[in-house]
Amino acid sequence: MNEDPHGEVAVDEVELSEELAGAGTSVASDDVAEYALRLGDDALILAQQLGWWISRAPELEEDVALGNIGLDLLGHARSLLHYAGTASGRTEDDLAYWRDEREFRCAWLFEQPNGDFAHTIARQLLTSIYLDALYSRLVHSTDPTLAAIAAKAVKEVAYHVDHAEQWMLRLAHGTDESRRRITVALADVWPYLDELFRDDALTERLGDAVVAPSALRAPVTDAVAAILAACDLQAPAVPFAAGGGREGRHSSYLGYHLAELQVLARQHPGASW
Amino acid sequence: MTTPGADENEAWPLWEVFVRANRGLSHVHVGSLHAPDADLAIRNARDVYTRRNEGVSIWVVPAEAITTSDPDARDAFFESPAGKNYRHARYYDKAEGVKHL
Repeated sequence: MNEDPHGEVAVDEVELSEELAGAGTSVASDDVAEYALRLGDDALILAQQLGWWISRAPELEEDVALGNIGLDLLGHARSLLHYAGTASGRTEDDLAYWRDEREFRCAWLFEQPNGDFAHTIARQLLTSIYLDALYSRLVHSTDPTLAAIAAKAVKEVAYHVDHAEQWMLRLAHGTDESRRRITVALADVWPYLDELFRDDALTERLGDAVVAPSALRAPVTDAVAAILAACDLQAPAVPFAAGGGREGRHSSYLGYHLAELQVLARQHPGASW
Repeated sequence: MTTPGADENEAWPLWEVFVRANRGLSHVHVGSLHAPDADLAIRNARDVYTRRNEGVSIWVVPAEAITTSDPDARDAFFESPAGKNYRHARYYDKAEGVKHL
């Protein structure tokens, strides 16, 4: 450290931090790997979708904002898939590029298409609040690797919530057209919320190593309700979708996302760039 | 209500961005960006100008709130100090113990 507080400022002096959170020698059990796959696939598919907006958002600044959020999520996906792969000797790339649709474990909400900007923001609102509630609890996991990944992710998703909230308020209170669009978008993504709160045999077996999905229902719905109230919007009265993503049953959109995500790696196996 | 964007020439207003680096002392102008309002301007600045750890504090100022000197009046404004070396404190012996001069 320079003694002189008025001394030179070196802005190019950057220390690169670890890109993979919790990457060590720990090997996940089959159950923990399956859970990490669920979270990793949620993040991977949403990251893939947000990347589409780069060059297509309303302004360049919003291209960068959505791109940054997508890259945050891709970082979470890499850490989670890396950890999931330790159980079966596979790499993060093996899991991202070489599994087929039925082997993915993402929930339907994360597969729903970008739609117009309002649909992307409505989906961001639900996914970010869900991920924020999830990771802020997963930091207390009895599994040290899951806890470390969550600790890195939670600060990032807190900003994603803020971004979605800011846009919700502006779309809801903006113009007749923006309010119409966000109302439609909210009703379109709402049916996929319920799937996120369903416990199953895996989450019950894992106990304190994970966050029980049902424990997230109240905090997520409360946080969403508070933002909708500020937006002067009602929670849509629409039936919940069947879901089934955690067992590999997906909405029709996932196949298209995977085709785009995987085509290059599959056409040129082992290629690097 | 009118619909922004109905006129394709309409765009978000311009904001000037100032960032205080981690170990710097003052906010430094780093560039400009578009945003619909001040709150989003701060967030856009965070995304565009601090994504590589460049800062710990951000100011945004509406570009239209900045008054600039007239580039055509540059001679009258800035050439006058030339040849007035007495304005520089160069003819004095530096007292002992004074740093940062």
